[in-house]
Amino acid sequence: MARTKILTGNETAALAAKMCRVQVVAAYPITPQSKIPEVLSEYVERGELDAEFVRVESEHSAMGVCISASLVGARAFTATAANGLAYMHEQLHWAAGARVPIVMPVTNRGLGAPWTILNDMQDTISQRDTGWIQLYCMNNQEVLDQIILAYKVAERVLVPVMVCFDGFRLSHTMMPVEIPDQEKVDAYLPPFEPPYLLDPENPVNINPVVLTDPLPGADGRPCPGYMGFRRRLQEALESALDVLLEEGRIFGEHFGRSYDDPLYRYRTEDARLVFVAMGSLASEATEAVDMLREEGIPAGVVGIRIFRPFPRRALREALAGVQIMAVLEKAVSYGHEGALASEVKAALYGLNGAQPLAVNFILGLGGKDVKPADVCEAARRALSFSGPGEVPESPIWLSNEI
Amino acid sequence: MATAIMDLPDREYILPGTRTCAGCGLPIAYRHILKALGPKTVVTLPACCLTILHGMYPKTPVAINSVNNTFGSTAASASGLVAGLKVTGREDYTVLAMAGDGGTFDMGIQALSGAAERQTNFIYVCYDNEAYMNTGVQRSSATPAGAVTTTTPVRPKEQPKKDFIQIMEAHHPAYLATTCSSYPADLYNKFVKAKDIRGTRFIHLAVPCPAGWGFPTRHTVKMGRLAVETAVVVLYEVEEGRFRLTGKSLNMAKTGRKRPVSEYLEGQARFKKMTPEQVEAFQEWVDRRWEQLLERAGL
Repeated sequence: MARTKILTGNETAALAAKMCRVQVVAAYPITPQSKIPEVLSEYVERGELDAEFVRVESEHSAMGVCISASLVGARAFTATAANGLAYMHEQLHWAAGARVPIVMPVTNRGLGAPWTILNDMQDTISQRDTGWIQLYCMNNQEVLDQIILAYKVAERVLVPVMVCFDGFRLSHTMMPVEIPDQEKVDAYLPPFEPPYLLDPENPVNINPVVLTDPLPGADGRPCPGYMGFRRRLQEALESALDVLLEEGRIFGEHFGRSYDDPLYRYRTEDARLVFVAMGSLASEATEAVDMLREEGIPAGVVGIRIFRPFPRRALREALAGVQIMAVLEKAVSYGHEGALASEVKAALYGLNGAQPLAVNFILGLGGKDVKPADVCEAARRALSFSGPGEVPESPIWLSNEI
Repeated sequence: MATAIMDLPDREYILPGTRTCAGCGLPIAYRHILKALGPKTVVTLPACCLTILHGMYPKTPVAINSVNNTFGSTAASASGLVAGLKVTGREDYTVLAMAGDGGTFDMGIQALSGAAERQTNFIYVCYDNEAYMNTGVQRSSATPAGAVTTTTPVRPKEQPKKDFIQIMEAHHPAYLATTCSSYPADLYNKFVKAKDIRGTRFIHLAVPCPAGWGFPTRHTVKMGRLAVETAVVVLYEVEEGRFRLTGKSLNMAKTGRKRPVSEYLEGQARFKKMTPEQVEAFQEWVDRRWEQLLERAGL
């Protein structure tokens, strides 16, 4: 029987990895993720998890270990945050290009300089274009569920997955988490079957130099050039959306919690104003919506659970009739606006007049507290604009006293 | 252990048609390394001259399983291969990591130091051609003082070569050896020995580079031999802390015959700007180290 435990996000992520029977763990400590490898090393040393734990000397090496372990057929796991993720950047591209199904939780944290160890989403948003699937969690139950789901999807489409959840706000906050039976996880997630096996008599050269134009192979058939490989990665990411939703539905059949919608929706049906947010910010917005509705303001929330591949169609359908959307973000594409705001607006491009008024708010950087009252303030500011000409070109920074 | 060339395994793992430069010392060495390690080997390599040897997709002349990785992560990749093969029950594979001096002395040092400290069960080969040859002969920390490179074009490199072998010895690897592509038997024997040792095995492989050093392609073997005969390169191995000179270097120690470094320097265009004082300083350094190694060998 499933049982409920009170766990931090980090403990949940480590438990999820154990339940997925990961075989190789390579990790380097960084706040606020450090507890994940700590708990996992305890599982391994106590013999509760049959895995190789490689205590690497950097995040760059952590991903290097995972890539090569995955290439020879092992289910590989790591976790990181912030500057550690940035240090991995080169390897993130390599992992996606190598098509290795690694799953990596990231406890979202701000990037230096200046140093902060606290939460925002600049770290993972900055890795948007590395070719990884990015899932964002609203609570610790989702941390558990999304890691299990992530392996299932990663191993189907051969694309690595980042499971992102807010540092401290989730990583260090204890919440009730329903833990499924191990047998049920095993039934949902069978052992990793690599797409090929090493054979000394049929050796392969993995990830070699690839030229621009297709060339004939030894059997005379044309083989892809560099663009051919990259196009396949794009196609895999695009096809991954349907796979995520299908596996999310099957997840529901196994565990009673379905993830067949790329969006979290709260009171959107009759909403005039919709908050668009990711991660625990969508939870804060949910509370704000209840407060606003009591004031007579019909507000709703669209939380984006899947950021890559981007759920364009679902967003269009969810936002097309809305008058005003307030995109709340804990990250900035410096010199422009929040990346999420740009992407949501781009998804609505071409709807010919049906677009909502888009107002972008930057908040909660470097752990800055976001209260429902702050979100209500965003709503009031957004509602004060009567037309596109009134909306400022630059994003509005909230709760930014000095 | 001694192996005559006639006794080497017949099976070839490098088929004709590699893309290395004419006269490259690397394929000579690699051919014998793979003969020593056999088919159950997985090699991991960063972007380097060896990548060129491995060819362009969809063809490769190398008949051994290989994994390409990012420049700074060769030893991390090897650690991943070791871990992945272990958990999937294939510990009978030899994991071979092979990177140049740039990918080892410079960018790869962090990952290699980490893997060696963890006593990872793999063979790491640094093939040292003393500069970033694949990108066009830029200075590395393995470039000797006095050498002209494309990033020390006017004033030759002023600093001596980083003593990386000592850095690796300080990690107390299970096995450490130096060898040179001009001595295939010495090289082969060391890899045969390394194959059967568990733990981190580090092998420094001196490889002459006609394009980067500036000597005729027909002199590759000769230049490697001159490096050893002048004691610029010394052949030795350290097994569980026991130091032993091998091959030509052992022979030189016994006979006392050592050629002046000028014979090695004169044949290479990269040293053409060295002053007589620099040559003298280089000779003094070579002599001093040779004496230290003789003492260590108890000879």
